[in-house]
Amino acid sequence: MCATCGCSDHSHEHGGGTVIDLEERLLARNDHLASHVREWLAGIEVRAYNLMSSPGSGKTTLLERTVRELGLPCSVIEGDQETTFDADRIRASGVPAVQVNTGAGCHLDAVMVRKALAELDPPAGSVVFIENVGNLVCPGLFDLGENGRVVIMSVTEGEDKPLKYPHLVRTGDIVLLNKVDLLPYVDFDRAKFLRCLRQVNPHAPVLEVSARTGEGLADWYEWLSR
Amino acid sequence: MHELSLTQGVVEAITDRLGDRRVAMVRLEIGKLSGVVVDSVRFCFDLVVAGTSLEGARLEVVEPGGRARCRDCSAEFLSDDPILLCPCGSSDVEVLAGMELLIKAVQLAPGEVVPDVRDVRV
Repeated sequence: MCATCGCSDHSHEHGGGTVIDLEERLLARNDHLASHVREWLAGIEVRAYNLMSSPGSGKTTLLERTVRELGLPCSVIEGDQETTFDADRIRASGVPAVQVNTGAGCHLDAVMVRKALAELDPPAGSVVFIENVGNLVCPGLFDLGENGRVVIMSVTEGEDKPLKYPHLVRTGDIVLLNKVDLLPYVDFDRAKFLRCLRQVNPHAPVLEVSARTGEGLADWYEWLSR
Repeated sequence: MHELSLTQGVVEAITDRLGDRRVAMVRLEIGKLSGVVVDSVRFCFDLVVAGTSLEGARLEVVEPGGRARCRDCSAEFLSDDPILLCPCGSSDVEVLAGMELLIKAVQLAPGEVVPDVRDVRV
């Protein structure tokens, strides 16, 4: 239907030039590629997880430990604006990693992930972790073809952060509250954090973990292996 | 600033369909719950159309408001707040409207010929 006058022609004159109705989703290209990535991963029985958080929440530390302890073959796609520091850290943990530098970009998209997966060439039955650019806004909008979205927050951040970044936090399939080993030293109110989280994401499981000490990680590994 | 890549995607999608035909107007639909900032899209639009067949095109944006249904009490309610809380207090809601991100229509510049309808994937 014509978006200007409501008639049923797809293209016609409208004072000036011809109006053409497109009705195309803005994210159509990304979502199309993401669905290809998802099919391709399913075909080789690889599961992929999109890790999203603000900078400094401990994503890379969590992954360093996870790839060593999970007991499944793992590989990692690291997204950062610049540097190969994180991919270097993951490789030092003994698993393959591909660094994607987004430059001015603030998030990973399906084009970048598809290219990185081709380079990574994950073996059948393995797990791929996609560490998104540290940012609680933009990554939420872009499907990467992942099987699950992991939102990571830490006790050194404010308890109200879920309410400040509702769009991204809402999309999480699981929420990890990291750095709980620091709870004795910071004024972090867990009950308030949960109240804030539940206002935007009522159902995602919440795991309290410390990537540094290993506390709580057994539940994380169980969730990944489910 | 995901608006920059989204706006670049708009230009690519339109030029994919219409080739180098000059475009006079682009109409987008950006829902108020979509997390996309219309002012940022407008700012980026003028930058990314420079040197393309969309240069100088007018940007119209329709912004549908948010509407949701509560999974606890089944009530439908209107809200443009990204923290969607039902009046009953539940946050377990299904979004019915407000998440739209669409290229609705384009208007060709006067004198431009409509592409063969078979070329337009509608």
